[in-house]
Amino acid sequence: MTQQGVRWSADQVLALAPDAASRKAGSKLGTAGPWSQAGSSDEGAVWGLCKGSGSKPYQTVVDMADAAGPAYKCSCPSRKFPCKHALGLLLLWSAGQDAVPSGTAPDWAEQWIAGRRKRTAAKRAAGAAGAASGAADPQAARRRAERRAERITAGVTELEQRLADLLRGGLAQAEQAGYGLWEETAAGMVDAQAPGLAARVRGLGAIPSSGPGWPVRLLEECALLHLMDQGWLRRERLPEELAATVRSRVGLPGSADGPPVRDHWLVLAQYDTADAKLTTRRIWLYGTGTGRTGLVLAYGAAGRAPEPALPVGLVLDADVASYPGAGRLRVALGEQYGPPAPARTRPPGVTTAEAVARYGEALREDPWLESVPVTLRAVVPVPDGDSWQLADADADSALPLTPAARARPGLWRLVALSGGAPVTVFGECGHRGFTPLTAWPQHEAPAVTLC
Amino acid sequence: MMRTSAPVAAPGPGAWEELVTTALLGTDRRALPAGVPGGRAPSALLDAAAVDTVRRRAGLRAAPARERPEPAPEDPRPALPEAAARRLAMLLADRPGAGGGGRRGTAPDLIELLPQWLAMANAHGYAAPPETLPALLDAARARTDLRPAALAFAGPRALWLARLNPDWRFALRAAPGGSAALPGPEDTDRIRQLWEEGLFAERVALLAAIRSRRPAAARELLAATWATERAEDRLMFLDSLRTGLGPDDEPFLEQALTDRSRNVRATAAELLSALPGSALAARMAERAAACVAVDPLRGTPTLVVEAPHACDPGMERDGVVPKAPAGRGERSWWLGQLLEAAPLGTWSARLGGRTPQEIVALPVADDWQGELHAAWCRAAVRQKDAQWARALLGTPAAPEAGGPGALSLAERAKLLGTLGAAERAEWVAGFIAAHGLSEAFQLLGVCAVPWAAPLGRAVVDALNIARDAGSYPWSFSGVMGLAERCLDPAEANRLDGLLAVPDEPEDASPGAGGYWAEAFQRLVTTLRLRSAMAEELRGG
Repeated sequence: MTQQGVRWSADQVLALAPDAASRKAGSKLGTAGPWSQAGSSDEGAVWGLCKGSGSKPYQTVVDMADAAGPAYKCSCPSRKFPCKHALGLLLLWSAGQDAVPSGTAPDWAEQWIAGRRKRTAAKRAAGAAGAASGAADPQAARRRAERRAERITAGVTELEQRLADLLRGGLAQAEQAGYGLWEETAAGMVDAQAPGLAARVRGLGAIPSSGPGWPVRLLEECALLHLMDQGWLRRERLPEELAATVRSRVGLPGSADGPPVRDHWLVLAQYDTADAKLTTRRIWLYGTGTGRTGLVLAYGAAGRAPEPALPVGLVLDADVASYPGAGRLRVALGEQYGPPAPARTRPPGVTTAEAVARYGEALREDPWLESVPVTLRAVVPVPDGDSWQLADADADSALPLTPAARARPGLWRLVALSGGAPVTVFGECGHRGFTPLTAWPQHEAPAVTLC
Repeated sequence: MMRTSAPVAAPGPGAWEELVTTALLGTDRRALPAGVPGGRAPSALLDAAAVDTVRRRAGLRAAPARERPEPAPEDPRPALPEAAARRLAMLLADRPGAGGGGRRGTAPDLIELLPQWLAMANAHGYAAPPETLPALLDAARARTDLRPAALAFAGPRALWLARLNPDWRFALRAAPGGSAALPGPEDTDRIRQLWEEGLFAERVALLAAIRSRRPAAARELLAATWATERAEDRLMFLDSLRTGLGPDDEPFLEQALTDRSRNVRATAAELLSALPGSALAARMAERAAACVAVDPLRGTPTLVVEAPHACDPGMERDGVVPKAPAGRGERSWWLGQLLEAAPLGTWSARLGGRTPQEIVALPVADDWQGELHAAWCRAAVRQKDAQWARALLGTPAAPEAGGPGALSLAERAKLLGTLGAAERAEWVAGFIAAHGLSEAFQLLGVCAVPWAAPLGRAVVDALNIARDAGSYPWSFSGVMGLAERCLDPAEANRLDGLLAVPDEPEDASPGAGGYWAEAFQRLVTTLRLRSAMAEELRGG
């Protein structure tokens, strides 16, 4: 474990912040001013005393060694996690040896670190034991699964009926019917315990107001929903992997049953999307040894940052196991063999033509796939009317940006980074275009996040 | 968008459009082309649409590339040290409206440090990290005071970027050279062409650029087309001669005194009066001298003032505005203009060989003192006469310096501007020591950053006194904010004693002690941050 002493970059620290306000408050505390007795140990602990508004300084300690991301402890009353003091301390630590020298932890910090590590070890042991005893009553579990499948089948049948009614009366009616109709149907899918279908149905409701060309998009999405319904109804006759894709797309929880793959996994991108109830975090990983790409999904209640936070540019020496179906893109992080450490490696890339072909091939295993993760080796952002495209540096082909990517500030960071010269870009390539997530300039330089 | 590959086994061209049309109208109204029985029609339509959708998605091809933009010009400056680049990202992230707000607490106000950071980075000659350019341009767009430094730091790539985004057009206007690079000084043909055919903004920029390097060439350029320019343009062009104004400009300005436009005439007169050796200055000196004299008949020497009785055509030609603003007597209005334009150097000989100090100290008969000193004050500022400025400012501790004396704070601030940085700081320090902070804000604003040691100490002492007096710190938030930005970071250690919450005296405002400790903590934190910023930029 040679990476232990490596300090994170400030960007990586700031990516841990639960929200923008914490990020701001944390950066202000990232100066030597309010801190005293700060230090860090070789085992990956960082501690310090932060002067607040009260007379007694806050005791802040962070354990960076944990494989599941940093753990925090602060005597401040904040309910943010990590609090601004922890962020400020880590920023100070990222700035170097001067502000946070190496040393031995004081008692108050050491107690917490030792206690925590003991608890995690115990939990891990218990978890291993629990997994073994989890299948205690396979009979009952099977009965539960069967009942749920029946409910979903009932929901799917109802949904098929709705779609048939819609097509009989014409999509033009859907424009008048508005959002309510779809909300009602979506609620029905939630009752049927098919959250994947519910989300798709809700998505249909937004299409009629999405601008020119909506009938085409609505027909496409209705057709794919119909395809999914039919896939569910015939799941017993499908090849096993495709059946698993249908199950996970419909919304049945799977478990990461693939064999664990140990590799040095580079964090390519991390971004959150939020709706009214849920924040979804997506983390793209790239196995530097295996060349595989995997997606870690994490969920948090609305307004709360999901765990873990894995800043771009870190490398984790860890096991990763894939979920069944959908091209085995989704993975779960397993055991980690060391703390995440910054690295300057970048994935090898492909041309735009290869990227779009890759999407086409992936549709074979998962026809509902919106996009695939791809690194474009050398592309130039080029204006294309009121949008942009990424053009191969040495070929005459290009990928358009998705409408969503056009509106993001990351687009301009990408254009500025390129300056008309080729850059390496990681992103999601799908039928609506390319969404850039991370970019690397031509020369040896760290990744720039675009999302 | 992306194009679809040529369909291999497609069910005929237009089949997808057929499906969409049928779907829009409904299968009840329009039969499926393949003639599927009515009851199964919706399902069959969706089957066909699903196949077609997946087929088209799987067959997508990359689009032809559009015309690539010209690559951005090289930026030869060295890259920022890593720590400084991180700091910049933090300063730029702290934009107003980015959350927070409300009470300031003990944390520094990062956005207020951006101008300083930019100035230091520019002094080191670093290049901006490309990915920060959008944020830099946005910051410069929001705050015009940041523009020159931000755009200089952002460099050539930012202008390249600004051409691609209409939000950043301002950068092309504001940048030296604007949209098209300015021709070099030797490229006389292009200069002449741009001058004769360029847009007004381009011409102003061109004239200003040439004037700053070769004043005479700019004047000749202007003189060549002077007669054909529009009045408002003449005014703007004339104004750019302010830079590098010298005796050589006199003939041209003298000729502009007969201009058709009154504003042009007034500006020409103002510029001429800033040249003490000009003929206009001599004429003004003669007129002004007739109005002010030492009364020989009184016991103590006293200045007597006799304002002009008329504004003759000669005065008008020399830029005196005949019509007084409402509420002012026209004779004192004319007097003020004469005194302002007359070279200050002539007064000593005229008033018995006295020094400026002695002249200012003379009593003035009949309530003319305010008028007289105010006019001399404007003259000292216009002619950048430090000796007279010093005399008019007087000693900072003098009682009238703080009171409603003859000179306003704004006038004092302008007079201070004519003094050297050290002298300015010393005078303001003396002023604060004698009169406290309540009126010091404007004066502090003209002092050089970082504040010289005596000035810094005077401010800290005065803040300390204000705290002990029991008032709240936000009565001094303006000065506090200035101190955070301008105090020498080396002073931070001297402030340690002020960080604790003091025992509250009985007559103090409740809780004030805590707020003061907080304000001083913020001051110290900001000073430390500034010294860290400077250190990072040094690459240490």
